[in-house]
Amino acid sequence: MSEAISAPHKPTGLTALANPTRFMALSAKIMPWLWTLAALLIGVGLVWAWNAPEDYQQGITVRIMYVHVPSAWMAMFVYMVMAVSALGVLIWRHPLADVSIRAAVPLGAAFTLICLVTGSLWGRPMWGTWWVWDARLTSVFVLFLMYLGIFALQRAMDDPVKAARPAAILVLVGVINIPIIRFSVDWWNTLHQPASVIRLDGPTIHPTMLWPLLICGVGFTVLFFAMHMLGMRNEIRQRRIEGMRRAGAREKTAQPMRVVVDEGGAS
Amino acid sequence: MSHMAFVLLSYGVAASILGGLIAWLWLSARATSAELSRLEAQGVKRRSEA
Amino acid sequence: MIALILRDIRLGVRSGGSGLIGVLFFLSVVAVTPFAIGPNLNLLAQIGPAILWIGALLASLLGLDRLFQIDLEDGSLDVLVLARHDQPLALTVFAKCVAHWLITGLPLVIAAPLFGILLNMPLEATAATTATLLVGTPAITFIGAMGASVTATLPRGGLLVSVIVLPFVIPVLIFGVQAALGATVAGTPFLQPFLFLSAMTLFFSVLGPLAASFALRQLEG
Repeated sequence: MSEAISAPHKPTGLTALANPTRFMALSAKIMPWLWTLAALLIGVGLVWAWNAPEDYQQGITVRIMYVHVPSAWMAMFVYMVMAVSALGVLIWRHPLADVSIRAAVPLGAAFTLICLVTGSLWGRPMWGTWWVWDARLTSVFVLFLMYLGIFALQRAMDDPVKAARPAAILVLVGVINIPIIRFSVDWWNTLHQPASVIRLDGPTIHPTMLWPLLICGVGFTVLFFAMHMLGMRNEIRQRRIEGMRRAGAREKTAQPMRVVVDEGGAS
Repeated sequence: MSHMAFVLLSYGVAASILGGLIAWLWLSARATSAELSRLEAQGVKRRSEA
Repeated sequence: MIALILRDIRLGVRSGGSGLIGVLFFLSVVAVTPFAIGPNLNLLAQIGPAILWIGALLASLLGLDRLFQIDLEDGSLDVLVLARHDQPLALTVFAKCVAHWLITGLPLVIAAPLFGILLNMPLEATAATTATLLVGTPAITFIGAMGASVTATLPRGGLLVSVIVLPFVIPVLIFGVQAALGATVAGTPFLQPFLFLSAMTLFFSVLGPLAASFALRQLEG
């Protein structure tokens, strides 16, 4: 039953981080750098994006691309991080894998929401419609629903350790949606434009637009890792709090005489 | 709505959602740290002291 | 496996007939639609396949938490999971899905043509819709097995199952309605979406029980 926190046998690689205390210590050192790097990259990326040329056809609305596309990348990337963490839960039984999924879900949902909203705001002036049920938009919408479903499932059980494996299974079953999103614009005749960055023949975007886009993408990625790390730290602290409250309650029931001055504490 | 308005709205939405996330994470960090220190000050021991 | 299917059918029919409740819910959806949309018969005929599919989908989703509930309540779910050393758990789940579909899905398929009349649908549309429902509702059951298994021990798992299964069932709905419309609307194909739908059912018939067996094994602790 007590698989949640256990000391590793071989302190290498990810297993070195299996001990939450070590993770907290390491992440405390790394996190400030991540935040700084993210702010830097996004700042530079946005400035460059605003100075990049306007699109020949779209004019200024092309600037939406610099938030829409990175958030779309993140929506899928976060899900893949969750999928790897899910493997960690089910196969390698890594103690922090479930914490990783829990922290990642709201972030992934947020990026997906940004992608959907900015896409809609881009579609209105570009295509004349706020929304269309083509393959790309529908599959991203489905991804959003999946994030919400995983979120709901994890919080439906009081004990997070028990919820870990069902949630991991759900994450892994949903992975089939990611290639569908990726290739939806190739497999179906969609209103959404086909892939123009990650293609076999190389990107079709002009470098003056491609570079700020990539920098924003990397910036968003680093930002995600910073938020993810912070979320994991919060989750670890929360579990410790709950463990301590339970232990405290047990102490008190075991030794009733000691329950003197408590200042309305751990109850 | 002018095209510029759409662009600004997009950046605004993205900034709000990300900003809201960061704020929520930061506030949770403060709350959990404070609660942990409070419990530790009370002398409650953790199950495993690693 | 046959024995398991028969047992499940007998249990399902005995304990409150979830098949009948499903059909009644299906009927409710079909019945309120003309009130909501207005008595425009042409419009009803046009959206008829979609309404039938929505009703059948929702009725199926509602019935999903019954998949493991009876066994969970009397402890035989543990017995079934333990029996996995004799018969693969995925096969056991597959058998339960077959039984579940026979009790809850098949009645919906049978009811569909009758409800098609309520929606003033032409014969070809009704036939096509019934065919797509016949092929598509098993997909809902199979992927629903995955959802039901991860929520098996939750107190209000029923609602959560619908939320979880919904993203996976949306493609089934899309192709189901596309195929149904393809039979009547000129210029749209029937066979392609129908084949996609069949492929999805086959795919989920493997993925669903596999994922469910994995999840059920975790219940052992």
